[in-house]
Amino acid sequence: MSGGNHHHGHGHGHDHDHDHGELYDHGDGRGAVNPHPRQPDVEDSPFNDRMVMAQAVGELLIEKGIFSADDLRKMVELIDSKNPADGARMVARAWADPAFKARMLTDVNAAAEELGIDAGSIPIRAVENTDGVHNVIVCTLCSCYPRLLIGLPPDWYKSRAYRSRTVREPRKVLAEFGTDIPDDVEVRVHDSTADLRYMVLPKRPAGTEGWSEERLAAVVSRDSMIGVTVIDEPGN
Amino acid sequence: MSALFKPGDHVRVRFAAPPGHVRTPFFIRGRSGVVTEIMGAYHNPEELAYGRPGDPAIVLYRVRFKQTDVWSDYDGPAADSTVVDIYEHWLEPAGQNTGGQAA
Repeated sequence: MSGGNHHHGHGHGHDHDHDHGELYDHGDGRGAVNPHPRQPDVEDSPFNDRMVMAQAVGELLIEKGIFSADDLRKMVELIDSKNPADGARMVARAWADPAFKARMLTDVNAAAEELGIDAGSIPIRAVENTDGVHNVIVCTLCSCYPRLLIGLPPDWYKSRAYRSRTVREPRKVLAEFGTDIPDDVEVRVHDSTADLRYMVLPKRPAGTEGWSEERLAAVVSRDSMIGVTVIDEPGN
Repeated sequence: MSALFKPGDHVRVRFAAPPGHVRTPFFIRGRSGVVTEIMGAYHNPEELAYGRPGDPAIVLYRVRFKQTDVWSDYDGPAADSTVVDIYEHWLEPAGQNTGGQAA
């Protein structure tokens, strides 16, 4: 055959047999060789029971009028629009304003509202890193995460390895993220298994004295709010 | 909301394996720890999971376990810990001795 690259990534053991030399039908009977090999897509694998169930439940809830298709779309859009910037703004404010920090440590959702951030209705708690304690967040049962404050969790957060190893050998996991916690600092793992979500309030790095909140927020990373990393002193 | 336990209390997680949707991780079942906080009362997720109302609401605690009490071969510092959110019906009083797995 001419054109088409047969040696791209997916295995040949599975059952969709496709020929990259297929013809486009332009309707005029001429056709042309498709120069673009197809990549596997979600629809290529068989629908499993859970995918069918998720779709069925969604359709039923809409059919029963619990919410509308547009409500569902809006929620997906809202969740997709969230990112770590909101959490970073809160951390920066907490570093700059001790009274705000105290309120944030009591009730993250209410403190978020002060900054015009909607952190949703699930209660979020902040756990503060100090000279004596380094906190790290995991959900060993699934993937609980403060999504409405810092966005969707990274894939590794949902992996079985992270979920099991973070409670079993937290210091080794942290080391793999490049984070070495000294032995005189307690590593405290928070397993969010129930009705609350957790975020880490990282330590403010040295060398940021007098910085504006905006500048501070720019150094607060997602991973530092999960607790798998600490924020380095600028310039280091 | 009346809570059976208060911060500072030594508690043991029931060593049980009921069927169905449970929010108590296996790795701390039968282990002892200390209540650090009372987080309020929530509808029972073991009931909610099956479309039932989950009443009455159950008090939720944060319980802190020493890593060395959870894993006998833990090789990090003795101060390292894991804090887990646990509903009251999974907890029972424990003595002051929090070492090792419950009998």
